[in-house]
Amino acid sequence: MYDVAIIGAGVVGSAIARELSKLCGNFCVLEREEDVCCGTSKANSAIIHAGFDAVPGTKKAALNVRGNAMMDALAKDLDIPFRRNGSLVVCTGEEDRGTLETLMERGQKNGVPGLRIVERDELLSMEPNLNDDVICALFAPTGGIVCPFDMTMGFAENACINGVSFFLDTEVTGIEKKADGYSLLTRRTDTKASETIDAKIIVNAAGIYADVFHNMVSESKLHITPRKGEYLLLDKDAGTHVSHTVFQLPSKMGKGVLVTPTIPGNLLVGPTAADVPDREAVNTTQAGLDFVAKTAGRSVKNIPLRQVITSFAGLRAHEDGDDFIIGEAADAPGFIDAAGIESPGLTSAPAIGELVAEIIRKKLSLRENPAFVPVRKGVLRPETLSMEERNRLIAEHPEYGNIICRCEMISEGEIMDAIHRPLGARSLDGVKRRTRAGMGRCQAGFCTPRTMEILEREVPMSIFDITKNGFGGTIIVGQSKEA
Amino acid sequence: MKYYDLVIVGGGPAGLAAAVSARDCGIEDILILERDNELGGILNQCIHNGFGLHTFKEELTGPEYAARFIDQVTECGIDCKLHTMVMDISVDTETGSSRKKVTAMNRTDGMFEISAAAVILAMGCRERSRGALNIPGFRPAGIFSAGTAQRLVNMEGYMPGREVVILGSGDIGLIMARRMTLEGAKVKVVAELMPYSGGLKRNIVQCLDDFGIPLKLSHTVIDIEGKHQVSAVTIAEVGADRKPIPGTEERYTCDTLLLSCGLIPENELSKGAGVALSPVTFGPVVNDSLETSIEGVFACGNVLHVHDLVDYVSQEAAAAGKHAADYIRHGNKKHAKTIEIHSTDGVRYTVPKYIRPTEMSDTLTVRFRVGDVYKNCSIAVYFDDTCVSRRKRPVMAPGEMEQIILEKKKLGEYPDIGSITIRIEEEGGNLL
Amino acid sequence: MSTRELTCIGCPLGCTVTVTLENGSVITVTGNTCPRGDAYARKEVTNPTRIVTSTVPVTGGIHPMVNVKTASDIPKDKIFACMDALKGVRAAAPVHIGDVILSNAADTGVDIIAAGNVPAK
Repeated sequence: MYDVAIIGAGVVGSAIARELSKLCGNFCVLEREEDVCCGTSKANSAIIHAGFDAVPGTKKAALNVRGNAMMDALAKDLDIPFRRNGSLVVCTGEEDRGTLETLMERGQKNGVPGLRIVERDELLSMEPNLNDDVICALFAPTGGIVCPFDMTMGFAENACINGVSFFLDTEVTGIEKKADGYSLLTRRTDTKASETIDAKIIVNAAGIYADVFHNMVSESKLHITPRKGEYLLLDKDAGTHVSHTVFQLPSKMGKGVLVTPTIPGNLLVGPTAADVPDREAVNTTQAGLDFVAKTAGRSVKNIPLRQVITSFAGLRAHEDGDDFIIGEAADAPGFIDAAGIESPGLTSAPAIGELVAEIIRKKLSLRENPAFVPVRKGVLRPETLSMEERNRLIAEHPEYGNIICRCEMISEGEIMDAIHRPLGARSLDGVKRRTRAGMGRCQAGFCTPRTMEILEREVPMSIFDITKNGFGGTIIVGQSKEA
Repeated sequence: MKYYDLVIVGGGPAGLAAAVSARDCGIEDILILERDNELGGILNQCIHNGFGLHTFKEELTGPEYAARFIDQVTECGIDCKLHTMVMDISVDTETGSSRKKVTAMNRTDGMFEISAAAVILAMGCRERSRGALNIPGFRPAGIFSAGTAQRLVNMEGYMPGREVVILGSGDIGLIMARRMTLEGAKVKVVAELMPYSGGLKRNIVQCLDDFGIPLKLSHTVIDIEGKHQVSAVTIAEVGADRKPIPGTEERYTCDTLLLSCGLIPENELSKGAGVALSPVTFGPVVNDSLETSIEGVFACGNVLHVHDLVDYVSQEAAAAGKHAADYIRHGNKKHAKTIEIHSTDGVRYTVPKYIRPTEMSDTLTVRFRVGDVYKNCSIAVYFDDTCVSRRKRPVMAPGEMEQIILEKKKLGEYPDIGSITIRIEEEGGNLL
Repeated sequence: MSTRELTCIGCPLGCTVTVTLENGSVITVTGNTCPRGDAYARKEVTNPTRIVTSTVPVTGGIHPMVNVKTASDIPKDKIFACMDALKGVRAAAPVHIGDVILSNAADTGVDIIAAGNVPAK
């Protein structure tokens, strides 16, 4: 029997797992996909929000500001690439100045430090590619960008080395109340084998499916609507088109289309906001991509849209109450929700982890884990080394001298690191999220066959079982001259 | 730091022919840097025949064509470093000369620097990806650029799928339609956005028509289904604006979508070195000696502009090798008069873009592509406002390269020439 | 009398060639720019042939596969028979260009030969 079973290995589930691993106990995380960071966590704006957007007094507001403040220490401990590039909410009409001021006041109430309105001249010197009709902007120096993969991996790997068990490819199909906790009915995605996992406490960090699990145990129903966000990702050549995260003034349907540099150095444009009925609808649409392309130009001019290298869509878990739902369900003791985690969910995740772990610590009277290791090293990036250091590394590990991904210049050594680290990569997308191999301008055209060879050899696994992103989608279907 | 007269980046058809040619011109000290574990480049996966008709007067497969050049390189004893990635090219500021510093890396030597008197860029090109095409839908397994699928099938012996839709009628796509069919896959349709094919006519006949594979011109993919594996693809007809026409959607169940939608010269190294690139070809802007905007840096093959035939790559690369050899021995004729070739009225670009009438070879092949399909039109060459040649062509299409020959002697008759213009004209000399 | 319009595959020019036939015999060939076009057209309407290229697995080589091709063109309707004949065929390294991989493939009288070099591992 586990003390705690967490449903969902996204950034929220992983952050909770990591916080729990600071305590003595028996913890596990269940994830239906083949890897951590496969849902909303992998397809979002990759922004650490300053916290001026949420309504004061809401959980979103408090956890956003707290999560933002935690990021410097976390980035250091967990080796998460993170940069406070500052964010700008751009105002293009004098009639909107009031809205911008309201936003600043809201941010100040939320406790966001350093907010100020920047007027046109200063604004254009900060960000020369802003649209010609900008008049002023709200500047938030604490706004930042992060790699959401690295952030989730950081939490998950650190939780894993501190003793949390991760069951991947494991889907929860039902929950039963027991005298001393809950039984989770699970099914393996690949073998379809079922198993029951018992835990005193269940944490519901199931993202877009969090209402489904909550409603299995509680009469006080939740309702989550998948809200699709589509994005365009541009070549690194366009990565310096803006240096800050540039927002348009928020509207009812979300924060509008933003334009931002990313941690690896690309330019990201998006998202749309469209409610969809299907919880699996992570497809892009022509209308959505057209909307992003058209709308982005409102705040930033001359975006080189010819340099799009990929597009993607993610689903935000929008709950009817419009706020995060965090805490024990009133009529289901021991069932703790971390539900309705939409934007600013990525930013808030560290604070949600802290909050949920504290609830559990009190409930189960858990002691501190004296063996807790607070640090995690990310995949070694030879590009950050001097030529001398790099040559020492290659002398010891020649695979770091062999470039596999030509666009991102990722070596065989980095891919091997991604495979052999805790919760290591087992798929092409798993390798991509950990190393960036295949994330560049050729979109894995060159490196796919080579990365497959490395997975085959290092995991080891059959080349015919290698998938792009999990069971049911192998890269190759057999040998030639078979059919 | 190691010193070479000539460093060639890339050991594919362009790099090999350039090396042999430079050696024939007396350059002893040559190094080829190749990122793959063998020479030959993309030819090694092009197992179809049809290569070498111009160069060898017979039809060879890709590996056979490559082997002929590899043998020459081996016989000449030209140094090659395989499995070696060039990371950076820059002008060697330390020596204060015009030498180039090439930084490369491999497993055994680590990261190392080479000083070169001249560099030939021969890195080839890459395929346009699904992402760059902005095709909406899911992002599952089963979407490949045609070249990636070609490598999997031909070099590794693996099948990427059994039921195939192909977007784009570039040559690799057509070749892969046949290849997948011969290996037992069902190729359901080839869709092409443009109203004409981007590939060679012979490939439509022997890769599609021979096997009854439909080619749908003015069609594109508008949706990809399947979360983990492609399950279906929807194509639709496009109008003159190349936007899908509602009501023309057709859904094909399939497990594979191959993309053959254009090649892009791979110029990240060139860009890093500061080489000026053409916004049309995405390759370096070069003069008659195939020298880029950086003195002593030459370019040839698909890194310069995408070719239709490897024979032309070899010819161009041989010229680059010869010019690099001249440069190494005699330096650069910096102050020679340079004139521009203007491409207008259907001519998308020319390679080279600049020529030096006093320095050029006796004859110079100027290659280009046209922007549309032209029937019974002429390629006209103007020295300033004077038409000096007009050659009729029954058919010209964007999928095939065109060329004209400029003669030094003829140019010499126009000592005050300001520029050359190449254009497509209708019969009787009317502009289009 | 009947006419057939063909695209010559003899070279990348892809000339449009018109063949006039009477009782199955070729009367005229027009539209070709070289003698190869004439030859191709006459053959294509009477006995179309193709070179077939493929790959076979290699044992003990530095590469897993080697390029092979029919040593000369074979009847077009034998293409799939040739591919079937290659099933299960393996080559042992070292393989050299021109090595016979399969003789008299599918009773065409034509050998399938190596079209690439694969040195031994």
